[in-house]
Amino acid sequence: MKANQINIANFRQTPVIDQVGVNERVSRLNSRSIKKTSKIAALKLALSMIDLTTLEGMDTPGKVQQLCIKAKHLNHGISDLPHVAAVCVYPSLVKIAKKELNETSINVASVATGFPSGQTNFKTRLEEVRYAICEGADEVDMVISRGKFLSGDFQLVFDEIAQTKEVCGNIHLKVILETSELSTLDNIRRASEIAMKAGADFIKTSTGKTKCGATQPISLVMLEAIKDFYQKTNKKIGMKPAGGISDSKTAIRYLVMVKEILGNEWLTPTLFRFGASSLANDLLMQITKQQSGAYQSADYFSKD
Amino acid sequence: MTNQTDFITGYSPAPESTNLIEIKERYPLFIKGKFSEPQSGKYFSTINPATEKKLSEVAVANQADVDFAVKSARNAYKNVWSKMPPKERSKYIYRIARVLQERGREFAVIESMDGGKPIRESRDIDIPLAVAHFFYYAGWADKLEYAFPGRKANGLGVAGQIIPWNFPLLMAAWKIAPALACGNTVVLKPAETTPLTAMKLAELLQDIDLPPGVVNIITGAGDTGIKIVDHPDINKIAFTGSTDVGKIIQKSLAGTQKKYTLELGGKAAHIIFDDAAINQAVEGIINGIFFNQGHVCCAGSRLYVQECVAEEVISKLKDRMDTLIIGDPLDKNTDIGAINSKMQLKKIIEITQSGKDEGGVLFQSKCTTPKSGYWFKPTLISNVAQSSRVVQEEIFGPVLAVQTFRTVDEVIEKANNTPYGLSGGVWTDKGAKIFKITKQMRAGILWANTFNKFDPTSPFGGFKESGMGREGGIHGLYPYVELS
Amino acid sequence: MNSRIDIQKTYKLYINGKFSRTESGRYFPLKDSQGKTTVNLCQASRKDFREAVKFARKAVSGWSSRTAYNRGQILYRIAETLEGRKKQFIQELNHFGITKNNATQEVEITIDRLVYYAGWADKYQALFSSVNPVASAHYNFSVPEYQGVIAIISPNDNPLLGLVSLIAPAFVGGNTIVCLASEKNPLTAITFAEVLHASDIPNGAINILTGFSSELAEHFSSHKDVNGIVYCGENLELNKSIQENASENVKRIHYYDKINWLINKGQSPYFIMDHSEIKTTWHPIGS
Repeated sequence: MKANQINIANFRQTPVIDQVGVNERVSRLNSRSIKKTSKIAALKLALSMIDLTTLEGMDTPGKVQQLCIKAKHLNHGISDLPHVAAVCVYPSLVKIAKKELNETSINVASVATGFPSGQTNFKTRLEEVRYAICEGADEVDMVISRGKFLSGDFQLVFDEIAQTKEVCGNIHLKVILETSELSTLDNIRRASEIAMKAGADFIKTSTGKTKCGATQPISLVMLEAIKDFYQKTNKKIGMKPAGGISDSKTAIRYLVMVKEILGNEWLTPTLFRFGASSLANDLLMQITKQQSGAYQSADYFSKD
Repeated sequence: MTNQTDFITGYSPAPESTNLIEIKERYPLFIKGKFSEPQSGKYFSTINPATEKKLSEVAVANQADVDFAVKSARNAYKNVWSKMPPKERSKYIYRIARVLQERGREFAVIESMDGGKPIRESRDIDIPLAVAHFFYYAGWADKLEYAFPGRKANGLGVAGQIIPWNFPLLMAAWKIAPALACGNTVVLKPAETTPLTAMKLAELLQDIDLPPGVVNIITGAGDTGIKIVDHPDINKIAFTGSTDVGKIIQKSLAGTQKKYTLELGGKAAHIIFDDAAINQAVEGIINGIFFNQGHVCCAGSRLYVQECVAEEVISKLKDRMDTLIIGDPLDKNTDIGAINSKMQLKKIIEITQSGKDEGGVLFQSKCTTPKSGYWFKPTLISNVAQSSRVVQEEIFGPVLAVQTFRTVDEVIEKANNTPYGLSGGVWTDKGAKIFKITKQMRAGILWANTFNKFDPTSPFGGFKESGMGREGGIHGLYPYVELS
Repeated sequence: MNSRIDIQKTYKLYINGKFSRTESGRYFPLKDSQGKTTVNLCQASRKDFREAVKFARKAVSGWSSRTAYNRGQILYRIAETLEGRKKQFIQELNHFGITKNNATQEVEITIDRLVYYAGWADKYQALFSSVNPVASAHYNFSVPEYQGVIAIISPNDNPLLGLVSLIAPAFVGGNTIVCLASEKNPLTAITFAEVLHASDIPNGAINILTGFSSELAEHFSSHKDVNGIVYCGENLELNKSIQENASENVKRIHYYDKINWLINKGQSPYFIMDHSEIKTTWHPIGS
């Protein structure tokens, strides 16, 4: 009877996922037709959920500064625009971003833990998290050890996330599963559960550094994992699809998924984010089109 | 819902345009390639069940009209269709498929207006599947010698076909396509509440120059139907509808030489095991019972959930039911449209009430329903048993009866404990269990880890009192040929 | 001179693997070609039929779940057993007016017919199954399955061959059977039951009754636990009423009009399909 008293999560027994059923559900959700006022509301909502991101080896303080200015002043021609949720950069550029966004409510998010592969020793990865926080990061985006996950060492993956969260304290921790490397929806569900149980505030699909970023079926599985977790624990975990979401139509489809799977409570930047760089401009173009009636040209929207 | 709906409170109305469609004030009978006034001199109205407004009038075919239609079909069979080289027949059927595909949206809109089904379904399911059926059987016309090992196939002659109101155009396609491919000519009668897409199909058949008399479409109620069934110069009857009417038809065909196929009612068991992909299973249950307002003979209307996951499944099911959007069938976001007719609504209300009276516990979606028109909220009834009326009788509406089970053998026994045998569903992650259960369930179509899927290549039809004969696939050719 | 007295045979019904008398106690005498009563046969009642259906239903799950190979072997076994008792069947047919040549031919074709269907046991499925290339991510296949309990009213011509030609395809397809023997010449049907009895068929899988179709056809056709009914008599009125009754539970009806069982057209896998249902199964293809 002792064994029963020790409540060790068994990550080998997470719920199974039927891939075809997931695809069908997605295509049914995609048949929603979002028009008129509900479309404008959705476009603006999407804008407010963006983590405006630059994660390049060639990033410089100048580049990050420009991105932050853009985050604060998306467009002078449209009234009632929300600002984006955060700017997401490498740890070495956190300080620059933080300074630029001072006195705004826009957060600075930093990737850490040996992003994007995570292939360095854990101590170093934790050190990087401490550094990012020290530099002023409000949010930390970590990567999980996919190699360990795929070799079945789920407990280690769990422990690493838990220890990272411990270092983060109140700083929001987003856990990147890098879904394209996990291969199956069953694995994605399992990784989502490990991350949530280990203390993730958000689960995030991708680094944006592999050939496939977020997809709707993957996101649907993660949203369902969040819902199931909420029903068991009453704890609301956030979701962040990242990589490859660059147009308004796709963004609205994501919002429809969030609305119909998790409900309106999740339709807020505190629980849903887009990791994207070019999405913002497309949303601005669409908002302008909705308000003016005319299709827009990219030349009218700043590229920062 | 106001036009100021923001995304959070709901979706703004997104109605499909009705500008493209034309519905005439009245439709006479389509016989011998022409629209001709009924000899009965009578017409009846067809209404939009979502608004109760009249859409058009269609003719009542009496005995003389049926005779005329059969005669025209017989002549077309003798003089044209049976003599035509099969590959030419084939090309006519391809023409139907192609033009129907081109005009798909128009047919979808009319289907939704006349029958109440959501445009999402008529546009994405009914019409494309109807097109696919014509396309599939067109290709069979000149290949029949490969379909029946050791035998030669010949057409039967005139086929009398009586179709239901739940999938009006799709059922017309299921009937007409294989009949024509096998060299038969047709007298088709659509259901009295949903005749319009059949009449539009008649116009289309004129447009593609199908030889006069090869397909005749006549309208009327059950009275006209029985005149077709009893007509001495018809060689084959194909009927889709209720088991009660099917039995009457089978009885009146007793002792005749007519071949017949019957696609009748159902009360499908839908089984969920604890090792299933639960979230997808829940979606499967939703599609199983709420597709087309539950007006589906193969609807998964008897849910069996393994006891250890019952609480979870039912709670998820209720959550999902609350996200279903009920309302204007022409709105692209509508999940649940109008009940097809006042009569059907009355029946659904009556049986559901009996479920309540017998102690069943009702749960209904939170949605609000429009003021005019015929509506019924998605409904789940628990606290029922095999003996409950809602478990035994086909409701043909959006009403799901839920029971729990413990073991494989128990659930197979319960699943088969019905005179029906059209379809069934099972959800489990274990392959061996799927094969054990699908093998032992006595039904014609079994969906494992999916539900309510249809395809022209896949035979459809029931065991036991759910009918006989198959429609679709290679097996769907048998009812329309004589083998020698 | 042989002074030994022959032992005469009592012909009983064959229900649930047992030879039993009719519960009604009724019998009907059968006259030989000289007009002399030589045997009395049980005149089965509706209750005998009811019992037979009950056992046939019980036997369905066992028989239908035998492997196809095993069903083929059992049919072949019946043929073997019949071959060994050929003489007795020829004699019985001959006794009631069928010429010796015709009787010999009939028995031999009957044996061959059983062998024919034994061979189909594991082949017709492949011929009539299909894998259907549906336009979605699903694996979809259709296979023939048994219907259940089949009630058969045997023809009067070729009493042995007709009976076997109707039973064999239904039986090999996994159905169980309640069969009314030829009214005019039922002897060989009951002797055939002895052959069945010696051939490892499960109890109740084939039940053979003797009696009158005028009395029993109504019950054969109206019993709601019967899935299919076969009639090939010439009585059109009776045929019609059989079909009317059959509609009460949507029975599969087969009226084999003027089929010559002696020729090759009297056998084909299409007869097996008459007693089969097509079942289609869908499953998603994913990972």
